[in-house]
Amino acid sequence: MAIKLYGAAASTATLRAKACLAEKELDYEFVSINMGNKEHKSPEFLSRNPFGQVPALEDGDLKLFESRAITQYLAHTYPNNGTNLIIHDPKKMAIVGVWIEVEAQKFDQFGSKLAWELAYKPMFGLTTDDAAVEEYEKKLEQVLDVYESRLSESKYLGGDCFTLADLHHLPVLKYLFGTKAKRLFDARPHVSAWAAEIQSRPAWVKATSA
Amino acid sequence: MATPPVKVYGPPLSTAVSRVLVCLLEKDVPFQLVPVNMAKMEHKKPDYVKMQPFGQVPAFQDDDITLFESRAICRYLAEKYPNKGTAGLFGTNPLVKASIDQWLEAESQSFNPPSSVLTFQLFFAPLMKLKQDEALIKQNEAKLEKVLDVYENRLGSSRYLAGDEFTLADLSHLPNTQFLVEKTDKAELFTSRKNVGRWWSEISTRPAWKKVVEMQNA
Repeated sequence: MAIKLYGAAASTATLRAKACLAEKELDYEFVSINMGNKEHKSPEFLSRNPFGQVPALEDGDLKLFESRAITQYLAHTYPNNGTNLIIHDPKKMAIVGVWIEVEAQKFDQFGSKLAWELAYKPMFGLTTDDAAVEEYEKKLEQVLDVYESRLSESKYLGGDCFTLADLHHLPVLKYLFGTKAKRLFDARPHVSAWAAEIQSRPAWVKATSA
Repeated sequence: MATPPVKVYGPPLSTAVSRVLVCLLEKDVPFQLVPVNMAKMEHKKPDYVKMQPFGQVPAFQDDDITLFESRAICRYLAEKYPNKGTAGLFGTNPLVKASIDQWLEAESQSFNPPSSVLTFQLFFAPLMKLKQDEALIKQNEAKLEKVLDVYENRLGSSRYLAGDEFTLADLSHLPNTQFLVEKTDKAELFTSRKNVGRWWSEISTRPAWKKVVEMQNA
């Protein structure tokens, strides 16, 4: 199989790449990396991602790491497969690019830390840091206020259609929605509607049920 | 002379603003730098927030399009002007572009967080007469060292991060590293690593970056 994705099923970054592969309807082989056994720090895996993090992608001769570089590569390289996740008009794509950065720089920063405290720590039998949760929730709320405003003028974050700018949020949303942090999204009508819609996309449902 | 259609809003001393400035200079794209008085909270006022809803610098305009997030702006410029100024900042084919994107993401996700905290704690905080957090400094120095170890290895077999050419991936590192090397006592993190040191001295002496540093010191 030409495309191979190396990752861990529970990793948000791995899920980000999986979401993209599912939307693009691309066949691929999933190679599970056993993080419990520190396989992600093995010399073999480090040759795929020198930071020792999941995921890593292989497509023929190309080897890539960083989930958001992987999704951009797939979206641009396979424009005619599955869902179009980018916009070909350069000015419109520039706006998509802005909101891709917003997710990477602002949403993920607090969202993934919250997911760690509220969703992952209990999974690993670790104690949630309530003070940290309070701090991250406050910061995430400030970001979600901007999202509420944006989504009241724009159907999706990047523009009129679903793009990578929205897709990149799905993994962290999945984890946060299983915790008390869901109320931060519920409290904002446009954010709530957007989050519900993108999480109900068939490709995402498929990617997370496998 | 006609006013350039490209406007950048924000002070050159801001790392994110300087990231955009160096990209414009590398691409030879004329621009107008519009000052934003952050001491007077101009970046939080309604007129500015209309352009940048998070109330941060920079904001960017090119004709009728308004953008924010420095890395999105850099990608836009590199895509819009592939053959102007320094070519190949974002690659000339999709495979090269993917490799550049990968290292630009690494900068954004792994290098930027600890180096930003250190830059703030060691350069901006004293300037703003704020108290430094020693624990935070120690923690982030350790994180940054791990990242620089990866870079040291990579730059031993590659002239620049993404390959043989200078790209956006290298460019994106200029702002934070400049402060850490020149304005704090953490230069050694970079200069004690042979390949990282070599790479830093190459990218920091590029004329476009030297011009930005001049703007910062003005």
